[in-house]
Amino acid sequence: MKAMLTLKVNGRELSGEAPNNMHLGDFLRHVLGLTGTHIGCEHGVCGSCTVIVDGQPVRACLMLARQAQGATIETVEGLAHDGQLSVLQAAFRNHHALQCGFCTPGMLMTLTAFLRDVPNPSEEAIREAISGNICRCTGYQGIVEAALAVATPQEASTS
Amino acid sequence: MSARYFGASVARSEDARLLTGQGLYVDDIEMPGLLHVAFVRSPMAHARIKSIDLASARAMPGVVAAYTMGDFADLAEGPMPPMAPHPLIKEPLTCHPLAQTEVCYVGEAIAMVVAQDRALAESAAMAVMVDLQELPGVADARAALATDSAPVHLGRDSNLLASLHTKFGDVAAAFAAADHSLTESFATHRGGCHAMECRGVVATYDQREDHLSIYTSSQAPFMVRRHLATYLARDEQTIRVAAPDVGGGFGPKATVYPEEFAVALGALKLGQPLKWIEDRQEHFVATNQQRDQFWTLDVAFTKTGKILGLKGHGIHDSGAYAPYGLILPGNALVCFPGPYALQAIDIHLDVALTNLVPTSPVRGASRPNVAFILERIIDKVARYLGLSRDAVRAASFVRASQMPYFTGGVSRDGSRVSYDSGDYQKALDLALEKIGAADFATRQRAALKRGKLLGLGLASCVEDTGIGPFEGASLRITPKGKLVIATGAAAQGQGHATVLAQIAADELAMDMADITVEAGDTGRFPLGLSTVGSRIAVTAGSSVHVAAQKLRSKALHFASLKLEVSADDLELSEGAVQVKGVPGLKIPLADIARALAGTTGVPLPGGMEPDLAATAYFESSGVTFAYGSNACEVEIDAETGDTRVTRYVVVHDCGRMINPMIVEGQIRGGVVHGIGNALFERMLHDEQGQPLTTTYGEYLLPMACEMPNIEIHHLETPSPRNPLGVKGAGEAGTIPAAPCVISAIENALEAQLGKAAPFITHHPVSPLDVVDWLDDAQ
Repeated sequence: MKAMLTLKVNGRELSGEAPNNMHLGDFLRHVLGLTGTHIGCEHGVCGSCTVIVDGQPVRACLMLARQAQGATIETVEGLAHDGQLSVLQAAFRNHHALQCGFCTPGMLMTLTAFLRDVPNPSEEAIREAISGNICRCTGYQGIVEAALAVATPQEASTS
Repeated sequence: MSARYFGASVARSEDARLLTGQGLYVDDIEMPGLLHVAFVRSPMAHARIKSIDLASARAMPGVVAAYTMGDFADLAEGPMPPMAPHPLIKEPLTCHPLAQTEVCYVGEAIAMVVAQDRALAESAAMAVMVDLQELPGVADARAALATDSAPVHLGRDSNLLASLHTKFGDVAAAFAAADHSLTESFATHRGGCHAMECRGVVATYDQREDHLSIYTSSQAPFMVRRHLATYLARDEQTIRVAAPDVGGGFGPKATVYPEEFAVALGALKLGQPLKWIEDRQEHFVATNQQRDQFWTLDVAFTKTGKILGLKGHGIHDSGAYAPYGLILPGNALVCFPGPYALQAIDIHLDVALTNLVPTSPVRGASRPNVAFILERIIDKVARYLGLSRDAVRAASFVRASQMPYFTGGVSRDGSRVSYDSGDYQKALDLALEKIGAADFATRQRAALKRGKLLGLGLASCVEDTGIGPFEGASLRITPKGKLVIATGAAAQGQGHATVLAQIAADELAMDMADITVEAGDTGRFPLGLSTVGSRIAVTAGSSVHVAAQKLRSKALHFASLKLEVSADDLELSEGAVQVKGVPGLKIPLADIARALAGTTGVPLPGGMEPDLAATAYFESSGVTFAYGSNACEVEIDAETGDTRVTRYVVVHDCGRMINPMIVEGQIRGGVVHGIGNALFERMLHDEQGQPLTTTYGEYLLPMACEMPNIEIHHLETPSPRNPLGVKGAGEAGTIPAAPCVISAIENALEAQLGKAAPFITHHPVSPLDVVDWLDDAQ
């Protein structure tokens, strides 16, 4: 009923026991203690639980923990380095892209993956990229502005 | 006061933690021995509970306990205390933490299971055998008031909970004096709150200290403590309730819920910590919603478009209980007459019980419903008279010269409603200018060439904010010279920690980095009410201001004794009191704090009171009225009915802004909530009260692709009713947004269909509605 899993999470090898029916979001949160990944709907719509699995943004509530055996996972806890926010995180702060902060980890991970693929997107493309993430607080505008700021080279260097 | 921070778009103190995954929401709390709760909920909208058999569930692996209400008989019994008693509610209409004999909505909790983990608890909950005898129920508030309706509760002979009434002036005379009158009926619908964090509770009981500690995702932790203490017949001192990081509130988290009580009872019973985290499926059936109000109103007006009077009647859906009393329907009546100077109104509102999850305020709390009706009526009068929509508003607005303006109505606290300040016409003029109303026709013609119907919408509103009596604050300088602000006002994303620090930092000439804010924890501050009604900037903000002034005086007094200088010659600068113009002659606040912390046997200087600290409960001297006008453009695809809000302009006045960035965030989020109410959000039930929209595939929330950028322009008329000159801003975006969008849809259809265009009387409006209207007219 349970399996011992080893994953590479934010550059570190971590192991933990997962029941067969446990999804990746619960495994990260409650077995590995990485509570930055949030569970908002558990039916794959709100995007709060988005993490990056082997380079691709994934809804952690729709993937069983066992499916992630051996995978390389990035979560919100891995974005900042040496106490320095990532460029995108800093832009979120500067553009008031978060209020309650609950959807924020999912937004950050979705956009982090997206901006690696499309470093200079249009506003429309950014809105499309986060079209699977619900934010009830901001009305999305601050989030879009933050992503645009990162995408614009001159502002990115000052964030 | 040097204004270094007040008025500046300071980046938020909260953000670094939340951006790095270091927030602490209820489900992030872990502790040794933590057990997990799942609830057994009613699958029927109305039923008699014949029996509950927990034996199979109790025997399942990993199950620690399973409870019905009867298992808690030694701790408490009966229905939960009402949060807002009202003389019109004769018998208590709150539910039990766990239903005992009858269930009155789908989702009502019947039993709870405690297990080693949530999955085990859920499996065991499914094994609880509940024998229900289904009873007839009623899901529509209008049907519930019919004389032959089934009763929502057994033994009640009527589903009419209360009849509310508001009137001022001589409405018969207003109608007699009018050139015209007309009648319209409206159906306004608002869904749920859908905070991205569902509710959640962690409760622990320390037997040695006889102390109960609760973390809850709540807007009102002090209310949870108060009512739980009453229910358990315990002293409040033996209960701590804290709201940690809360992932959005939007109204429904201000109610005290049965699950909070049930989890607390379970923790008391077991002596082990318990956690319950609501899942989204539960949120759809067990968290309060707002849903329906139905209205029929007569309006009297002159041939120049001046509205003179309103009379009529509404029906409000209370759901199965009234945990929040009559506040939500009562708010509706206070919202008349909006920004308009009317001679007379006479309006009744019947509050109907239904076999649906209870209603309580959702962002705006009846104000969006009434704004929808009033703005629709204005648009209707404009169409009737062949006048422009702005001309009818201009003819009817309260004028700046009339401030403070007594509407004639009476507030919840019994005082006369008076709008404190502002220029409503100026806000509308600016909105029209910024949306480009003058050349809208050109854009409309151009859109038509692309096959799109373009419409211009308008809506104006007032918003009563900052209701009293208080939210207090205490400020204390630590021995390290840092400032700690404690307040009862819990935060759910509004940035209290930032704005309260901004206020204090200016008064005490401190750096914001040296200030921390502790909010929403009964263990850190003695009294609090709740974060509702856009009230915290006014109440807690003013309390921080007043307390900071007191603390400043105390520091100056101490320094004047030590330095033998008049306090008038001293000032605060960079965390120290210094002699004006002599930066070298100073005493750090840290030193004063240590001195006032006392030393055994040594008197404090000049008979001063100990502690470099101050507390204030600013008493609100009257409601502050924010206001604004919105304008938007929608683009309709005539083939599919697809309706997009393409431009949105907000002109808004919330008095002096503490942090414009945060104000704009509040407004933008609010507008998008209102656009959701205009176009998407519809909580449906079948006739038996079975919920039909219980996933985000069925219940649509506004998403990034469908939302416009929202352009905001501020007017800043300081409120005379508090020392900061501030008004609330939390709901201002939502209130006029739905009528603004609907007005634009109607305008687009009017351009296409002329007189055959529908007068739109409901929201949300779906693409199907739009296609039907276009088809019907052709």
